[in-house]
Amino acid sequence: MDPALRPSVDEVWHWLAQVPDPEIPVISLTDLGIIRDVAWQDDTLVVTVTPTYSGCPATTVINLDIETALTERGLSKVRLERRLSPAWTTDWISAEGREKLKAYGIAPPIDGTAADGVLMKRIDRLSGRSNLTIACPRCGSTHTEKISQFGSTPCKASYRCTDCLEPFDYFKCI
Amino acid sequence: MATAALDPAARQAALHEFLLRVGDNALILGHRVSEWCGHSPVLEEDIALANTALDLIGQTQLWLGLAGEAEGKGRSADDLAYLRDGYEFRNILLVERPNGDFGKTLMRQFLFDAWHYLLLKALKDSSDTRIADIAEKAFKEVSYHLDRSRDLIIRLGDGTAESHRRMQAALDELWPFTGEMFMSDAMDGELVEAGIVPAPQSLKAGWDEIVAEALAEATLKRPADGYMHKGGRRGVHTEHLGYILAEMQFLQRAYPGGTW
Repeated sequence: MDPALRPSVDEVWHWLAQVPDPEIPVISLTDLGIIRDVAWQDDTLVVTVTPTYSGCPATTVINLDIETALTERGLSKVRLERRLSPAWTTDWISAEGREKLKAYGIAPPIDGTAADGVLMKRIDRLSGRSNLTIACPRCGSTHTEKISQFGSTPCKASYRCTDCLEPFDYFKCI
Repeated sequence: MATAALDPAARQAALHEFLLRVGDNALILGHRVSEWCGHSPVLEEDIALANTALDLIGQTQLWLGLAGEAEGKGRSADDLAYLRDGYEFRNILLVERPNGDFGKTLMRQFLFDAWHYLLLKALKDSSDTRIADIAEKAFKEVSYHLDRSRDLIIRLGDGTAESHRRMQAALDELWPFTGEMFMSDAMDGELVEAGIVPAPQSLKAGWDEIVAEALAEATLKRPADGYMHKGGRRGVHTEHLGYILAEMQFLQRAYPGGTW
């Protein structure tokens, strides 16, 4: 690609911000925080992506969607690189992304709480209940209970609101 | 420095062996747990089991991918998963135990998760950054596995008389398969020296603590340590592994290189 015609890295980020997550289409790949880097290496655009969960079946689709989005913008040489470390954390989900999740009916992860589950379990036991208040995305009540540690995808847990009785997904902290 | 003393070829061979052990544990348990898909007592648990299996199989791809690299013969994670025979598998015998009832599946999961959690936690500090990177990722997922299996064995152990009876029976049956997690051989020695992996027995005290605490809460009695079954780590398996492989490898064996 003629260097003069190359889109800037900022422009590419802007394009990627329009690629929806295949499982939760209300948020984009950049909202999710899985795009770690965008850079030109000679005439090739290198996009560095980190997986959310190691077995997440959406990973392949995400890679395909990135390639498609960039090819459609006229980029012919695109390379995707996987970066495992630092491991993805829900703390990287943008503030805007959290609002979009909530509006979609998924309780967003609580910021800054990514930790190991065993520690949280200990805190739960010591304090008699969860240290995390997960609000119902429908009515906003904090009277909620966990139905299952895993929800419709590995990144979510199933909860229920004990006030409005709505079952909902909670994007768990990792 | 201890690492400099190792012969590079021996180091690679030991590394390949270790990666097969950790990868095969995840693969075989992941496959076992996936057998529950569509059969669990309630929908939420069905989904939870399938997601646990998915995490484990995802981790397998990372571990076996690296095992293939360490081996240097151009074998991919898929080649290693689908084209090896039983005696080439390095998983511990515990993970190939049949599922039994829901309680037994969860007890096996808990005994494994408590160890897996500690192993990955130690591997996060591996002197081999490729291993440390995978461990960092897998550790987060496995923390949730342990959280869940621990919670469920407590609820079932301290549940009804029938659920308590089943959980105690599961514990008694599986206990003799837990010793293999902490056994070591010459292969471990080399890597422990180099700071790549923790010594297996170094995880025992932490495991005992997690298990003792959960069993006490579950009102279950820890069996006495007697004879411990072993062999999986060097490729000597129970008859159960063959049936797993027959199902898991069928497609690639019948239609080599088939894709979809």
